[in-house]
Amino acid sequence: MLEVLTFATLNGLVTGLLLFMLASGLTLIFSMMGVLNFAHASFYMLGAYFAYSISLQFGYWTGLVFAPLIVGVLGALVERYGLRKVHQSGHVAELVFTFGLAFLIEEAVQFSWGTDTKNYQTPESLNFPLFTLFGQEFSAYRGFMIAIAIAIFIGLYYMLTRSRIGIIIQAAITHPNTVANLGHNVPLIFMGVFGVGTALAGLAGVIAGPVLTTFPGMALVLGSIVFVIVVIGGLGSLAGAFIASLLIGLLQSFAIASDLGMPDLLNLLGVEFARDHPLNDLWTLTLPQVGPVLPFLLLVLVLIFRPAGLMGKRES
Amino acid sequence: MKVPMIKAQNMLLLQRLLLTLLLLLPGFSQAQDPVRIAFIDPLSGAFASIGSNGLRQLEFAADYYFNSRGGILGGRPIEIVALDNQQSPTETQLQFRRVLSEGIDIIFQGNSSAVANTLNDAITRHNRRNPGAEVLQINYSAVDPVLTNDNCSFWHFRFDAHAIMKLHVLTDYIAENQDIKSLYIIGQDYSFGHVVADTTTELLQQKRPDIEIVGSEFHPIGQVKDFTPYVTKIGSSGADAVLTGNFGADMVSLARSIIDSGLDMPIYTFYAAYDGITATLGEDAKGQVYLVHNEISNPLPTEERKEFTRAFKQAHPQSDVTQPRIINALRMVVAAMEEAQSTDPYDIALALEDMRFTNFSGEEIWMRADDHQAFQSLHISVHTDEGVEFDADNSGYGLYSIHHVPTEETIIETSCQMRRPRR
Repeated sequence: MLEVLTFATLNGLVTGLLLFMLASGLTLIFSMMGVLNFAHASFYMLGAYFAYSISLQFGYWTGLVFAPLIVGVLGALVERYGLRKVHQSGHVAELVFTFGLAFLIEEAVQFSWGTDTKNYQTPESLNFPLFTLFGQEFSAYRGFMIAIAIAIFIGLYYMLTRSRIGIIIQAAITHPNTVANLGHNVPLIFMGVFGVGTALAGLAGVIAGPVLTTFPGMALVLGSIVFVIVVIGGLGSLAGAFIASLLIGLLQSFAIASDLGMPDLLNLLGVEFARDHPLNDLWTLTLPQVGPVLPFLLLVLVLIFRPAGLMGKRES
Repeated sequence: MKVPMIKAQNMLLLQRLLLTLLLLLPGFSQAQDPVRIAFIDPLSGAFASIGSNGLRQLEFAADYYFNSRGGILGGRPIEIVALDNQQSPTETQLQFRRVLSEGIDIIFQGNSSAVANTLNDAITRHNRRNPGAEVLQINYSAVDPVLTNDNCSFWHFRFDAHAIMKLHVLTDYIAENQDIKSLYIIGQDYSFGHVVADTTTELLQQKRPDIEIVGSEFHPIGQVKDFTPYVTKIGSSGADAVLTGNFGADMVSLARSIIDSGLDMPIYTFYAAYDGITATLGEDAKGQVYLVHNEISNPLPTEERKEFTRAFKQAHPQSDVTQPRIINALRMVVAAMEEAQSTDPYDIALALEDMRFTNFSGEEIWMRADDHQAFQSLHISVHTDEGVEFDADNSGYGLYSIHHVPTEETIIETSCQMRRPRR
């Protein structure tokens, strides 16, 4: 039992922190520009593919540095020449723009890299078990993923709350006109935030690619869950995104690790159904089976009882 | 500078002359009228790699065997019409409408039994309501047993061994291995995944009652980001081996997670090769991943098949011949057309029934008339780099066949009670 608990926690941490790297950028962009970037997970995929191509030539570590940079620059360009123009037509236009962009990126990826799964591997130097517990290995690479994600959280947090740039960004969120009057270039700040946000997504792709496999559907698999996190955490709240990411990572991991299900509940209630009951599928559902749906259930609950999200300040 | 001018009248004359000349060429008038075959499979989305690779093989086989040799039925070329269903039953319904409106009456489809079942229902209904305008379903890969058992249809033909046939072979092989005392079954949460779990449990109960099924898990298809939590469970269950029907990204992620967790257990699969999977598994999975399939892998048995494979590699250096059954299906359908001298689905269906066809591996495939299920020898192969003349994903790794079951031993009974249309 202890074994399952330990590993479920570790796995949940890895998934949760990975989700946080995506959600942090998304929530940052939203708090700045009021735009839900539907293409955010696509930048994550781009990060993985760029890093794969770079790693073929120059090795993993070069990819780790340069792929997020390329994705960030791409993101900044998208903001400068795409979103900023569309911005004048209102939020709906922006939403549709990012929505279309997601499709465009997926097609572009399939066009340039093909539809096959890419052989993107973890670097040799991290290809050893960090520790072995109960006969199962925890790879050093997963430890590395955790370390990077925590470093990013701390870095972002300090930058936003302690540094001069952070203060300007915070001010630009609430009082863009005043900040502009003080002589700061607000559009440039927006572009920078969008660039950094997408670069974070790219970085998540670079480090997730080797573990979660690099294939054209990888954005789709992660896309919806990231929105769920941002909404649960409270739109625009970095701390909220952090908590929600861990919550969902752990929730899914524990759901899979558990063996509970409807049969146990029915046993507890002393109810029994025949095997040929028309709703047999429902009565035999287990927690691992519905695990991937739980975040969406949580989303519904949060929207009902705390519409602003766990840490959200916005009132609508 | 003066350019010699052709007057409009002369131009017209010239055109007529050319046209007459063309019409006089043998077979030209018929070449205008291709035999069209629809291909409905995922060409985008999470399973796009399998679908698009299948399409490449079908198109290549059509060119290699027929179009480059003067076509079929006295000179008609085969035209493949590719339609993307994103592996969704809903999209499939839409694409089926499109097939009907285009007047195509042969559909190739293989990926996902959920889609195949949808298509089977739609076609059966359509054919009942539209006698004389029927459509034929050529299923080259969907292995849910119901398609040739309880839900069998006169208009459906399957060219792959279904899940229970394959599981007979796989469980026999597992039962022989005395080192295996416990097994973990994991699969995608849909009809095929459930069939795999139920059948394996049942068959092992008969063959090796001492093997304990220590876990049977279902996960949503194409939705799992990280398989590590599942693998943790597999590890802590103390299983000696894993069996899965997963395919595509679900297969490669699962296998990688098992290997990355340092679990050194055999993984018995249906689809753990090609489309990037072999390259991604690479050295780490050598000798650990097993597949059950028809059409023997390395060493390839005949020169004809080697030549075909080389020609395909030359045309598509980045792809492999991953599903020889697509090629078998096409060649058998064409053989049926030639035999019946017709492209009418009813005639093709009658000619396909009980057909015995020698494929490019030099073995005979039998299409049973009772349920329209094809039978041929089945094989178990291992992921390795030894003795692999034809590798997968250009990785140096590929499949080497280690266990063979002759056709006669793969034949199992069917519950199919086929309703034959009256003509």
